Amino acid sequence: MAKRNRIGMEVALAAAEAVGMCNVDVAAVYPITPQSHIAEHLSDLVADGKTDTEYVTVESEHSSMSVCIGASATGARAYTATCSQGLMLMHELLPIASAMRLPIVMSVANRPVNAPLNILSDHSDIMPQRDSGWIVIFSENGQEVIDLTLMAYRIAEDKDVMLPVIIGIDGFILTHMVEPMEFPDQKEIDAFLPPYTPYATLHPDKPLTMGAFAMPDFFPQMMKAKDMALLNSKKTILKIWDEWGKQFGRQYRPVETYRTEGAEVILVTMGSMSETAELGVDELRAKGVPAGLAKIRLWRPFPSDELKAAARGARVLAVMDRAVSCGRSGGPVFTDVKAAFYSEERRPVIVNYVMGLGGVDVTVGDFVKMGAEASKAKKENYEFYGVME
Amino acid sequence: MRSIENFDLYAPRLIDKGEYLAAGHTACAGCGEALAARLVMKALGKDTVISCATGCLEITTSRFPTTAWEVPWIHVAFENAAAVASGVEAGLKALRRKGRIPDRDIKSVSMAGDGGTADIGLQALSGAMERGHNMFHVCFDNEAYMNTGIQRSSQTPFGAWSTTSPPGEVSFGQRTWKKNIPEIMVAHNVSYVATVCPSYPLDLIRKVEKARKVKGPAYIHCLAVCPTGWRMDSSLTIRVGRLALETGVFPLYEVENGKYRITVDMPKPLRPVQDYLKPQGRFRHLTPDKIEEIQARVNLECKKLMNKVENLPSWPEL
Amino acid sequence: MAEATWREIEPGNVVRTPGSTKEYHTGGWRSLRPVWDNSKCIKCGICYVYCPEGCISQDKEGFFMANLDYCKGCGICAQECWPGAIEMVEEG
Repeated sequence: MAKRNRIGMEVALAAAEAVGMCNVDVAAVYPITPQSHIAEHLSDLVADGKTDTEYVTVESEHSSMSVCIGASATGARAYTATCSQGLMLMHELLPIASAMRLPIVMSVANRPVNAPLNILSDHSDIMPQRDSGWIVIFSENGQEVIDLTLMAYRIAEDKDVMLPVIIGIDGFILTHMVEPMEFPDQKEIDAFLPPYTPYATLHPDKPLTMGAFAMPDFFPQMMKAKDMALLNSKKTILKIWDEWGKQFGRQYRPVETYRTEGAEVILVTMGSMSETAELGVDELRAKGVPAGLAKIRLWRPFPSDELKAAARGARVLAVMDRAVSCGRSGGPVFTDVKAAFYSEERRPVIVNYVMGLGGVDVTVGDFVKMGAEASKAKKENYEFYGVME
Repeated sequence: MRSIENFDLYAPRLIDKGEYLAAGHTACAGCGEALAARLVMKALGKDTVISCATGCLEITTSRFPTTAWEVPWIHVAFENAAAVASGVEAGLKALRRKGRIPDRDIKSVSMAGDGGTADIGLQALSGAMERGHNMFHVCFDNEAYMNTGIQRSSQTPFGAWSTTSPPGEVSFGQRTWKKNIPEIMVAHNVSYVATVCPSYPLDLIRKVEKARKVKGPAYIHCLAVCPTGWRMDSSLTIRVGRLALETGVFPLYEVENGKYRITVDMPKPLRPVQDYLKPQGRFRHLTPDKIEEIQARVNLECKKLMNKVENLPSWPEL
Repeated sequence: MAEATWREIEPGNVVRTPGSTKEYHTGGWRSLRPVWDNSKCIKCGICYVYCPEGCISQDKEGFFMANLDYCKGCGICAQECWPGAIEMVEEG
């Protein structure tokens, strides 16, 4: 493997650089903190001719997704980025993009949704999109942002996938960090990412209709096809991640584990908090608490099998949620994790910590506290960590 | 009256005989919008990609697994036809520049009703026109949200009945006047803005061809007479569209780089607005004083329009 | 319309058959149908232009008729015909 130069760069700018390496045809990006640096740097790259991309300065996020859908439908590779209120505004269009099997890639700079307004970081913007039919992948650090973004079109456009992809990048706590990262060569990416060959395009030489309406005679079959498409995409995602791992030495998995051998309590995390949690696990182990960590990287399609394999043998799972799902006494990740274990004969005690909301800093010490407490848990529990009673 | 020898001698010179909207669509009998779309497509031809909003036109022509459209066509949602069309334009532009599709002129056109243009669709339209995309938008204005059951829109005329502006004990119907979308488009510096009506098919086709040739945004506002929603006999579609012009309610004009021009002469004096209101059941409840109010407003709007026609030079001349 | 299993439906629910609405014969809707009196017809083509279905066409001699598979009987052609050559008659 060639020795590469590692450079220090703000992660948001690195995300834009990665997009710039993907020969994107149309980018329609509407600024919203903390995504704006991605929008700005990408437009710098376009202005300097470093990427041949039609940059459409849309007037809202709803239009940025609409532009991506229109462009992707003609056979163009389309990109957008948003978060929080912008993602909520796009919400209407997400199920449309996935039902129409358009391989759009979107960076989401995970930020809370109003009200109240908060420009920092949590996962409450991505959670309402759970059922949208998009592939959702979370990143932990800057290198992962680059790698996952570079792989996103390869996954999205694969004939066995043909689905849009979201790369989650925690707002501010990841987007605005300056980290040491390395970029593959443009030649390597050109070889890794073939040109987009769509299954259908809008072109007068072969007229077709996209977005016809459906009555009950066809609608349920269409919904099953959409769900099956997302479920079946997992094997291709894994295959492409393996290929990347062999070529670039960084292996990605749907659930990545850290010191889970012999762990009695396993923390389950998602996003940038995972790195901090690793240090928490080290401290817990040093204190004699047999702790481990399962990091969910692939949020949709949900990796039930890999999660169960990762958690095997643990007595307690402590699931960290960075979002609230009102009215059901459990965060979104907690609920999906519980569901994964339902049909198992031996089920761990699963407890839920809703933490890090609105950009609250979650420290190593916090993970040590939660892990230590969870290791003694006897039954299911739902708790807002750090919220004063 | 002397017989015209043979339609075939004249028609190819006047109207493209191609049909790009197939029969078998489920529009109401006598639908002005279906006819307008058919004529617009004749002017556009096959090298077109249509982005269509949810509405009558979309629902009647695209029931899976069939489609009436003989050109590439996409429907996404209600309020974003213009945004989708701008995405189609950007996509085709990029693909053509990168040599991935043949270097051939393909026009992106968005089609929406009055809801998808003037109300829920106004933002997307405004953004797309402001960005200067090489596309144009056609508004099929049947003056209410017809597809969902004749609810009022910002294009519903003053005094008209609709299911959400019904006349009753304390109401006389729609309380506001039509929002002037063509003028809003001119304010966006759109270089070609025109009003059309299928009752004047040659004028419609000429204007659509002109809009197609513009290398930038253009806007066409089409009066789509709706027998079902306007409560009239299905055979009167063309007649009522003609009355709209003859009474000054819907003048046919075009605005080229800011220069206003009437393209179909209105009678002098205009026919009384009562002639237009009478065949339509949606105006049946109007009292004489309300009709007078409408007449006064129509007179005012025509004066405003004629003032622009007579006094505004084109932008290059300013 | 044929049924389809979830595997058989085109990805993205794309419809690849332009003009396929023709399989639905809207002619069943009407209660009146247009009848041309060719002795009055001046072959101007206005009926062809104004038909919302686009189902009026010329025969070999240049006279017009509606395709009764699709004609919805709206009556626009009869209303607009200059020499009054078209009459709407009730469907028997």
